[in-house]
Amino acid sequence: MDDVAAILEPHIPGLRRYAWALLRDREGADDLVQDCLEHALAGWHMRRRDGNPKAWLFTILRNLHISELRRRSRRGTRAELEEADSAEAFQDGDPERRLIFRDCLSALDTLSEEQKSILLLVGVEDLSYADMAKTLDIPIGTVMSRLSRARERFRQAMETGSATKLRRVK
Amino acid sequence: MIADPPIGEDDLNAFVDGRLPPERHALVSRFLSENRQLGERVAADITARSALRESLQFKAAEPIPARLRVANLAVERGAAPRHWLRVAAAIFLFALGGAGGWFAHARFAGAAVGQRETPVAAEALSAHRVFTAETVHPVEVAAAQEAHLVQWLSRRLNHPLKAPNLSSQGFRLMGGRLLPAGSGAAAQLMYQDDGGARLTVYLRADGNGGAAFRFVQGQNASAFTWTEDGFGYAIAAQVGRPQLLTIAESVYQQSKASEQPKKPPPT
Repeated sequence: MDDVAAILEPHIPGLRRYAWALLRDREGADDLVQDCLEHALAGWHMRRRDGNPKAWLFTILRNLHISELRRRSRRGTRAELEEADSAEAFQDGDPERRLIFRDCLSALDTLSEEQKSILLLVGVEDLSYADMAKTLDIPIGTVMSRLSRARERFRQAMETGSATKLRRVK
Repeated sequence: MIADPPIGEDDLNAFVDGRLPPERHALVSRFLSENRQLGERVAADITARSALRESLQFKAAEPIPARLRVANLAVERGAAPRHWLRVAAAIFLFALGGAGGWFAHARFAGAAVGQRETPVAAEALSAHRVFTAETVHPVEVAAAQEAHLVQWLSRRLNHPLKAPNLSSQGFRLMGGRLLPAGSGAAAQLMYQDDGGARLTVYLRADGNGGAAFRFVQGQNASAFTWTEDGFGYAIAAQVGRPQLLTIAESVYQQSKASEQPKKPPPT
């Protein structure tokens, strides 16, 4: 089991970050990561030996998230949880950073699940474009155009965010 | 000298992500300084990207909770110890039973493991034993009518099936049959290689859900089984474990690939 741990565990911080960005719920995100790791262990013999375990793990996590989204009616306690967690994230941070943090999260909320995943997996988790194409099961050219569109929407949402407004007022 | 290819969307994305080789980076950078509006948009993308990274960094910096440690997940799953305990118990019971020979023991141990651990494996092995021995009627519907066979079995099992293509492993589809399984139905697909060796793929609904890939050694054939999305699979043949694993992986990959494409829901 040690070699399995040596391959899986280095990816756990990134998986938790991606899961949290999708859910904004500390416990829910870790449940998702746990589910992902359990699937990875169960399917350990079936992973592609030549494949990249990182991309494989993120793909499992995203697929679990999507099936969960399908099951769940989206109503919710999410806003509350988000507030709670954002307070936790930047308790001692300066107010501007906290504003940027809020803007980032609300900008993310304007994106579709796929746009969110592209933006997070490429821009934050550093997945290669080729791995991103495999994760979404689309050609690499389509990854490029969807990434551009996700960036455009995210940028526009950020530009209307409170941190930018504040900076303009200054 | 060959002219540089024109700047594309891929260059701009790779520029934002800092993934361009230095020469191309310089080229794109020059291009952006000449295209003011585009340059500003790209600069804003870079700022937004690092804002997002910084905002989320706290999560990756946290110590990981103990419940996510692989060792802890493995302990909770407890598959290995339970499995070995069961085999040991079977052997012990047999020893109490006295003489009876190695074969009786093997059957008992095999049945104990197969029966309790994965009913699908036991059923698949027994169906394999019965029907691969058939020379006149090994299958109910022959491969010549593959489309009909697949449609029929899919309907009876209420699950979209596809006959995996195992030609790269040297096995050709012979056909298949419908079998009773508890209160429902099961399907068996049979394959044969040029040497006449037969392999069966056994499928049925299995509510136990999400079971790991498992190797089961039966009396005269072995099987790999797994459960995916409430559906149990078993691949049985009289071949060595590594070859059987390769075949099982191939079936698994093909069953994954034939699932409906994962379309994210609209948000």
